Amino acid sequence: MRHIISVLLENEAGALSRVAGLFSARGYNIESLTVAPTEDKSMSRMTIVTRGSNDVVEQITKQLNKLIEVVKVVDLSEAAHIERELMLIKVRAGAKEREDMKRMADIFRGRVIDVSDNTYTIELTGDGHKLDAFIEAIDPALIVETVRTGTSGIGRGNRVLKA
Amino acid sequence: MDRIKALELSGAEIVVRCLQEEGVECIFGYPGGAVLYIYDALFKQDKVRHVLVRHEQGAAHAADGYARSSGKVGVCLVTSGPGLTNAVTGIATAYLDSIPMVVLVGQVPTKAIGEDAFQEVDTVGITRPCVKHNFLVKDVKDLAVTIKKAFHIAQTGRPGPVLVDIPKDLTAQDCEFLYPDSVSMRSYSPITRGHAGQIKKAAKLLLEAKRPVIYAGGGVILSNASDRLTELVRLLGVPCTNTLMGLGGFPGTDPLSLGMLGMHGTYEANMAMQHCDVLLAVGARFDDRVIGDPEHFAQNRRKIIHVDIDPSSISKRVKVDVPVVGNVDDVLAELLKLAKAEACGNAAALDDWWRQIAEWRARNCLRYDRASSIIKPQYVIEKLYEVTGGDAYVTSDVGQHQMWAAQFYKFDKPRRWINSGGLGTMGFGLPSAMGVQLAHPGATVACVTGESSIQMCIQELSTCKQYRLPIKIINLNNRYMGMVRQWQQFFHGNRYSESYMDALPDFVKLAEGYGHRGLKVERPEDVEPALREVFARKDELVFVDFVTDQTENVYPMVAAGKGITEMIFAEDL
Ligand SMILES: Cc1ncc(C[n+]2csc(CCOP(=O)(O)OP(=O)(O)O)c2C)c(N)n1
Repeated sequence: MRHIISVLLENEAGALSRVAGLFSARGYNIESLTVAPTEDKSMSRMTIVTRGSNDVVEQITKQLNKLIEVVKVVDLSEAAHIERELMLIKVRAGAKEREDMKRMADIFRGRVIDVSDNTYTIELTGDGHKLDAFIEAIDPALIVETVRTGTSGIGRGNRVLKA
Repeated sequence: MDRIKALELSGAEIVVRCLQEEGVECIFGYPGGAVLYIYDALFKQDKVRHVLVRHEQGAAHAADGYARSSGKVGVCLVTSGPGLTNAVTGIATAYLDSIPMVVLVGQVPTKAIGEDAFQEVDTVGITRPCVKHNFLVKDVKDLAVTIKKAFHIAQTGRPGPVLVDIPKDLTAQDCEFLYPDSVSMRSYSPITRGHAGQIKKAAKLLLEAKRPVIYAGGGVILSNASDRLTELVRLLGVPCTNTLMGLGGFPGTDPLSLGMLGMHGTYEANMAMQHCDVLLAVGARFDDRVIGDPEHFAQNRRKIIHVDIDPSSISKRVKVDVPVVGNVDDVLAELLKLAKAEACGNAAALDDWWRQIAEWRARNCLRYDRASSIIKPQYVIEKLYEVTGGDAYVTSDVGQHQMWAAQFYKFDKPRRWINSGGLGTMGFGLPSAMGVQLAHPGATVACVTGESSIQMCIQELSTCKQYRLPIKIINLNNRYMGMVRQWQQFFHGNRYSESYMDALPDFVKLAEGYGHRGLKVERPEDVEPALREVFARKDELVFVDFVTDQTENVYPMVAAGKGITEMIFAEDL
């Protein structure tokens, strides 16, 4: 099962490596990991996407909680939540492909954010499936470069993760 | 606060003052470039005693033994680079057994960090997976509060070693010294009190049980819960078994004790674990050396109550029915209250259960050949127990001798049995005994070891001489890495690959070379008189080299990965 784990942790040098080290030492897998400071600069918010049985994920959350710099942990996927990922994708867009490519970006509610003679750079947000679908939808030969941030997530409604 | 004129001290002086404020009386260390200012500050005071070991592994083990036997935080101090890497084995040993320890380490000057400077290693990176937490101090202003945090973290919650990495330049800078009385960290607030509802459920289960067992681990000792545990077991009249780490948590000589369980546990303990209907696990973690194959263990249905301070220990290897997260001693106090209020219900069922246990006990699983003309290692431990009146502090190394000590020395008190259970570190015995002896100057301290293990930290004999530590070294010399040989005999077709210990030193001369007394004992009839003589020498370290049976094995044994009741007995071979 895929789980999205949100972690609130002290924004300190080394905190990230403690989390990464925990996952590798205990053989948990990380599908993606994103991290950045919150509105309170002394804290960072991390979103980890992992796969594992419920038992394994229970262990992951407990082990994360044990890290001294971790303030709070929640398994977002336990309840209603929203997830988003940002992708920047550079595609070949010469005279021949331009129009099609623009249409495709529109269908996926993407934006062209950079243009050169023969490329477009398209910005796309959504959940991972949507980004995958975009990649599937275009001719692989036209893809020059893709950059994905990995998933960020947040609980729906009043569900919050705060110190 | 502002009225008190804050003191300006150097970073090095701050380190030493912090130790004084924490009430640290004794630290173990080894100097080097990065800690010279700290050593200078140590030199200029006389409150904190420094014990100079002969290898940094010894410093960590000694601090560890000090902590295990006293319940205080053990402290060691080592220099950057090789000083730290030498100490890592000792740090990991303490980590796996959850021992409260503070490790102070010198680091190259702040500006040189990252430049592959002389004696620079990434200390925080190297030790991250084997400490409870570590810090690199970047500003001398943070030094005191960081050390305060280190002591706080080391001894609260599930204890463990905490390391503070201190760049040399900081120790030379001056700064105001203010030692905080307490620290609060929003990201660290360990739970202590157990959930009342869960404790109620636990009490009900226990009182209604027909075949209850209490399985007690090292957590009982770490949380000073032995008295409460003992009271509970006796109140309920139920069998209690202790893990290797938990020996002494419940008196080994009590008729309610089933002895140790696990890979080399007693038949009765392992059978009771498997066939009970209610299991109360306290401060224990169902580890692989204790319950063997978890699937085999799960084949018999039982209700499991698990009391532990660490939520991640619960339902890690075995699913439990009633988890109680909290400090073991506090939870046991609550349980006791409830148990006292209720009349214990199942007297008849308990009688049947004890009858069954008596049958298992009758198997006499620790039997060995008492008529042997060669010294049996078990016999040495039995006599050691007798001669020391069961009241010694016993440290051990790792191997067969460790298991025999655990099986045959009946520990009635906590903090008397000092061994490396989690990491299984050969070399632990002698330096940890130094820590024990320094924590308990007048006490009888014995180090049970083997001829292979003792050589891993033999250099500490020199430390023992310098500080006049009258440790008694009980060397069960079988000329083999006995435990390795045993596995090779059982599982590798008697191919004793590299497990024979050749070219051994003359241990008597070796001990004498270090300025101690040595004694060699070769005949069974000499064992007891030798021990009597040795333990009468209160002020001297004596190294007793017992020439023991080379072929003796530790029984019973559960092979790795097997079920807890799939035991091999002496009579099977
Ligand atoms: C540092 C370290 N290296 C290797 C081992 C693996 N090991 C476990 S027991 C053992 C043999 C110990 O021999 P000895 O000290 O003579 O004790 P005996 O088993 O003979 O009583 C070895 C090599 C270990 N536990 N620790």
